[in-house]
Amino acid sequence: MKIFKLILIVLIIFSFNNLKANINEDIKYKITKNLRCLICQGQSVYDSDSEFANSLKVLVDKKLQEGLSENQIYDYFKDKYGEWILYDPKLNKNTYILWLLPILIFLIGGAIIFKNFIIKKN
Amino acid sequence: MKNKVLPFFLIIIFIFIFIIFYKGLQDTNIYTPKTKINYVVPKFEANLFYSNKTVNSSEIFEPNKFYLLNIWSSWCVPCRQEHSILMELKKKTQIIGINYKDTKISAEKFLDEFGNPYQKIIFDKDGTTAIEWGAYGVPESFLIYNDRVLKKYIGPLNKESFKEIKSLIK
Repeated sequence: MKIFKLILIVLIIFSFNNLKANINEDIKYKITKNLRCLICQGQSVYDSDSEFANSLKVLVDKKLQEGLSENQIYDYFKDKYGEWILYDPKLNKNTYILWLLPILIFLIGGAIIFKNFIIKKN
Repeated sequence: MKNKVLPFFLIIIFIFIFIIFYKGLQDTNIYTPKTKINYVVPKFEANLFYSNKTVNSSEIFEPNKFYLLNIWSSWCVPCRQEHSILMELKKKTQIIGINYKDTKISAEKFLDEFGNPYQKIIFDKDGTTAIEWGAYGVPESFLIYNDRVLKKYIGPLNKESFKEIKSLIK
């Protein structure tokens, strides 16, 4: 019975380790998909096999092991290479037009449709 | 009146969009990271090429001294082009090399053939030290003084950069 318990504990610990590895792999996938390869532009670091992209993958792994969060890793690369390295740039003074223009166009379009069709109908 | 304003408004929007796209066509779509200057030398830990000893960045750069940090590799063709310039600069300043994603045998052969301009060489097998420096290819060079990067050169050094470095370290 004792041996059975011991095996069970070992198995549980092992499965948790596996779970942690999987979570790390998922975050690594997400981060490398959001980083742009500067050598083969248009490809993400995840999809690229260039020397630069491979080094970046190793470094993302290292930073995750050091305990850095996703955003801290993005900040680290942004500091080295600028905002352009991110596929999904954050809202700031350089990118607000990029984020707000589609919403603005959508609202103006909606207002035109509303005015022309709904108000006229009534 | 309303009928006259709408076409006019549409034409203005069309011209505006046309100018944006036309300007976009002329811009290069290849992005090169901004060459930031006067920033503090990144902190890193790396192995030395010959002794395999682990060193800290603070042990490499002394204050009030000029250093040229050069990222190179034996498989990189432009590195061969700039090597003669590095051999010349060796007489003027201390050069630290980062051997990027190379094998020791090939790198040693390269240095035997072309000469060794480096005072110290950092062995960067997985390319992560180069990323600490914000590099994305080889060769790249950084002029350092008092723990600050004064100038960054992307690509091989040429006669102009040689002159510039010489005038800066005077």
